[in-house]
Amino acid sequence: MRRSYAKCRSLDSLRSLGMTETVVIPSGARSATSRDLHRAFGMMLLVVAMATLTSCKRETRRFRESPPSATPGGTVRVSALQPGALQDTTHVRNVYEGNAYAVSEGQRLFNWYNCSGCHANGGGGMGPPLMDDEWIYGAGSEQIYTTIVQGRPNGMPSFAGKVPAQQVWQIVAYVRSLSGLNPASTRSARTEHMMYYPGSQALPMETSPKQAFRPPAGEMP
Amino acid sequence: MLLQLPSVRGAPNQSVLESSGPLADRVESLWWFALITASLVYLVTMGALWWAAAHARRREQRGEELPMDDERRMTRGVTLAVGATVVVLLVFLVTDLSVGRTLDPVPRAHPITIELTGKQWWWDVTYADTSPQGRFTTANEIHVPVGEPVLFVLNARDVIHSFWAPNLAGKKDLIPGYTQSMWFQADTAGDYRAQCAEFCGVQHAKMALHVIAEPPEKYAQWVAAQRAPATTASDSVAVRGREVFLAGQCAMCHAITGTSAASRNGPDLTHVASRRTLAAGTLPNTRGALAGWIVDPQQVKPGAHMPSNQLPPSDLDALLTYLQSLK
Amino acid sequence: MSTPLTVAPAPLAPSTDQYEAETAELTRTYASHGGVWGWITSVDHKSIGKRYIATCFAWFALAGVNAAIMRLQLARPESHIVGPDRYNQLFTVHGSAMMFLFAVPVMTAFATYLIPLMVGTREVAYPRLNSFGYYTFLIGGLFLFVGLYTNTGPDTGWFAYVPLSGPEYAPGKRVDVWAQVVTFTEIAALVAAVEMIVTILKMRAPGMSLNRIPLYVWSILVVSFMIVFAMPSVAMASTMMLAMDRLVATHFFNRAEGGDPLLWQHLFWFFGHPEVYIMFIPGLGFVSSIIETFTGRKIFGYPVMVMSLIVTGFVAFGLWVHHMFATPIPQLGRTLFTAASVLIAVPTGAQIFCWIATIWSGRPRYTAAMLFALGFIVVFTIGGMTGVMIASVPFDLQVHDTYFIVAHFHYVILGGVVFPLFGACYYWFPKITGRLMSERLGKWHFWLFFVGVNVTFFPMHLLGFDGMPRRVYTYLPEMGWGRLNLLATVGSWVIAASVIVFVVNVVRSWTSGVVAGPNPWRAPGLEWATTSPPPAWNFHPVPVVEGRAPLWESGDELPVATGLATDRREVLITTALDAEPDNRHEHPGESHWPLAMAIAVGVTFIGAIFTPWAYVVGFALSAVAFAGWGWPRGTHPEDELAPGKVPDTRRSA
Repeated sequence: MRRSYAKCRSLDSLRSLGMTETVVIPSGARSATSRDLHRAFGMMLLVVAMATLTSCKRETRRFRESPPSATPGGTVRVSALQPGALQDTTHVRNVYEGNAYAVSEGQRLFNWYNCSGCHANGGGGMGPPLMDDEWIYGAGSEQIYTTIVQGRPNGMPSFAGKVPAQQVWQIVAYVRSLSGLNPASTRSARTEHMMYYPGSQALPMETSPKQAFRPPAGEMP
Repeated sequence: MLLQLPSVRGAPNQSVLESSGPLADRVESLWWFALITASLVYLVTMGALWWAAAHARRREQRGEELPMDDERRMTRGVTLAVGATVVVLLVFLVTDLSVGRTLDPVPRAHPITIELTGKQWWWDVTYADTSPQGRFTTANEIHVPVGEPVLFVLNARDVIHSFWAPNLAGKKDLIPGYTQSMWFQADTAGDYRAQCAEFCGVQHAKMALHVIAEPPEKYAQWVAAQRAPATTASDSVAVRGREVFLAGQCAMCHAITGTSAASRNGPDLTHVASRRTLAAGTLPNTRGALAGWIVDPQQVKPGAHMPSNQLPPSDLDALLTYLQSLK
Repeated sequence: MSTPLTVAPAPLAPSTDQYEAETAELTRTYASHGGVWGWITSVDHKSIGKRYIATCFAWFALAGVNAAIMRLQLARPESHIVGPDRYNQLFTVHGSAMMFLFAVPVMTAFATYLIPLMVGTREVAYPRLNSFGYYTFLIGGLFLFVGLYTNTGPDTGWFAYVPLSGPEYAPGKRVDVWAQVVTFTEIAALVAAVEMIVTILKMRAPGMSLNRIPLYVWSILVVSFMIVFAMPSVAMASTMMLAMDRLVATHFFNRAEGGDPLLWQHLFWFFGHPEVYIMFIPGLGFVSSIIETFTGRKIFGYPVMVMSLIVTGFVAFGLWVHHMFATPIPQLGRTLFTAASVLIAVPTGAQIFCWIATIWSGRPRYTAAMLFALGFIVVFTIGGMTGVMIASVPFDLQVHDTYFIVAHFHYVILGGVVFPLFGACYYWFPKITGRLMSERLGKWHFWLFFVGVNVTFFPMHLLGFDGMPRRVYTYLPEMGWGRLNLLATVGSWVIAASVIVFVVNVVRSWTSGVVAGPNPWRAPGLEWATTSPPPAWNFHPVPVVEGRAPLWESGDELPVATGLATDRREVLITTALDAEPDNRHEHPGESHWPLAMAIAVGVTFIGAIFTPWAYVVGFALSAVAFAGWGWPRGTHPEDELAPGKVPDTRRSA
């Protein structure tokens, strides 16, 4: 290989060889840069807009509901059967559906108000499991709300007057998330406690525990 | 630089430099020692920098050459300075370690023991006792007798908190799943404020605790009163208030001994009227503040776990009367 | 190979024509695509370094806006400018951005620009990796701020202690954003560290033995090794353990299932404490460079300075527990960490004394850069003093997590990182742009900044003694903290004003500053031996070094080495210790694959917030990018084995 180092040349001569002290900033390069900036800015706006759309609902934290949510418990329809002409069934929209903070609050309240006493961490015990796809009294938000507020035969007590409507709706959002009816991105993966059984948060449907609880046929809706 | 400190006089007492117990006392003297040493070192260093710049300027004005032959003198100077630094640091280290060793052991075999549990965002306080009847629970307020060491058994229910009463002792973390202990002793009677010092979530800023040091006989009275079950409601308004409490949302989270309310989710309210503050040291314990806190707690502590309670005015009034009767 | 490099007594004295022909060929060899595509595919360390620096300052400005809002909120007790939820996001993003997106990467950014110039080589080692590192960093930074502005900003502090940041207490994707931003920046930091280590150890100019490299280069070498050992700790903790706890319900930090929340703290601070030194050791290097140039003499006590840097680098790994004195730590452990925390002041002290000696025996010129270097000594030393104090366990337990600590580390970081950094901007701006910054505005900038920093952060010491904890979004009026907080807020406006002056100065000087010439400061380093801004190939012919201050020692005659190819991107590889010429190595040209790889990594980590399947997709994407990156480009004719030609085995030696 060639290895011919060691040649002397003075700095001054370097300069005289074309490395002058003036600075030339090519005009073409600059215009390209500003074009880049414009495009990059446009891209950023697009990304921000998309992220806003997907995250605004999930990440909002509504600490103070004012005015406090009305209680629609009385107006909720439990059954689709009705006399007379067909009416539109009004559905109550749960504002907490898809909201991560509300789901986590629901999770906390689920333990605080001892829902776990009968339903365990969703796997069921004295009460039916909430993680499977069988819903005795319906899986709709308003139906679960009614179940909590009015109670159900054979064990489910009524929490009317004991839990504010806002918290009931948070619990509803959490209960629905247990069986995957709420977006997975709003759910927490686990609690800081003993797991009810390993991996219960990600149990596929077919291996979920079959419910031990089933009301008498006459009381099925 | 500390001349501005008197600005806190008259305010709730939460200052490191107004120590009221042997632990904080020793730390305070350690601080003054460290401050004086550090100030001296700092002044000497800055003086040296100033002197070096001035020296260089004088030499330049005189038009002298760079004193490259002064290397030996400079080596000596720098070596000396580094040596002095090492000596000062070692002195500080030894002082610090000797102070540190005196702080750890509890100076008594069976001190008063308080189980302190941090919860988002309040303090659960249980006074331990050998007999179950002697145990009692309160919240956000600790009473201690003057001149006696008090042992704390620290735990947390949810996230990490930190217990810090600056006038009395340094802080200790409350870590879920770990049981830590610390102790302090209050030498003068007073109301010392303590605050959570480890970021613990949205209401970390409003998680305070009052440590009230009082003479032993007053402390004994307080303990006796706390051990007793809640006052039974006597007049009809209070009775109605009790019904509101037990039938409504309150009993889902709060406990009042002697009634059916026994939930441990929120602070124990058995003697809530005897406390100085509400909402973990955030509000004064007055009827108005209590009403505001019950009706709209999210205005005072946004994100706190207490929900708002929309009560009819007469019920609210009765509830307030009842709660205020719980001395 | 062992024959020492000799400077030929009779120079070859190539004719001007030959030099011009070679330059023209280099221009062709290093030609960029031009336009947007050229920008994307560039692997020039100067181009990447410039945008790296600009990006870091952009995050600095955004994180500074966070700080300004926080100061406004705290100016009065019980104010309602922002609520607790927003405030927690603001302070978390402020801290995370300043640490992960500014203080460490801006040092990397300057090193990317400066190190090849300072060691006299044409390129950085692994130029494509360098480009990849920048894009990864850019994606990470964008991700954090997009998160903040869409209400998905992390809100559990820059330290993200579990269980507060765990799945139960941090709902939503906020903490996941934090965990992945950490991963992005750690990847960027690690690749930069590897490049720097190789550039410094293997690509120095002939004759620049280890005892002749500038102190700034030493500081980057030490820091790069520190990064290699420190960053994996947090990258593993955040990406694997925290993100997996949150995404797939592992139990690394769940005490109830045998995990441990304290494990997080140990892993985090094992990175977190060296991080402080990773930030400010390059600052020490800046100060050494500036003081050397503006006193007109070599830094006094070079061996002491180098040993100090190395010792600091080692001892920095033995301090992390002093962030955890309030957790269960046995007394012997606390004693050990106290001792280490106290004694690390010695090497830094030694450096300060050496600088003072240098000033004493030199001829100081008080330019803006020099003022910032002196401001560093004045401000940083206060942070150092309080740092020694809080090494004491009893004292730390009083002030830990109070505003005293906020004051302490702002003195350390603003003093140790930002002051030297601004000084470096003034000092190297002419090299980067070819124009000098305004000295008048520079002095305004300095004094405003100096006053602002002290007015903002000095009162915080007192607030800490008054019992004000950190990370509170408000405080009660009766606590009496209002006056000092208001003072600090006023100080923050002064800081903001000084930064605005700086930005104005940069913009004005860039467009219409005084033309600098190659060496406006009469500095000794090799980076001043080429034009300002340097050509894409930095040096042709490659300089040869005979001492620690080449441009001062060689007078007008800088020895150079010729013989490096001009028809391809060839760099000279030298031996690690003595920098004897060892090898010639051809560097790859422009490529868009680093960007493709960074996008693959970005898709993986951002997608992994929502589903573990992102790793599968990411693996496939990365495989494509890898294939493109490593696709054979053919060999140079000279390297091909002609029949009967014996390969030159020395080349691979």
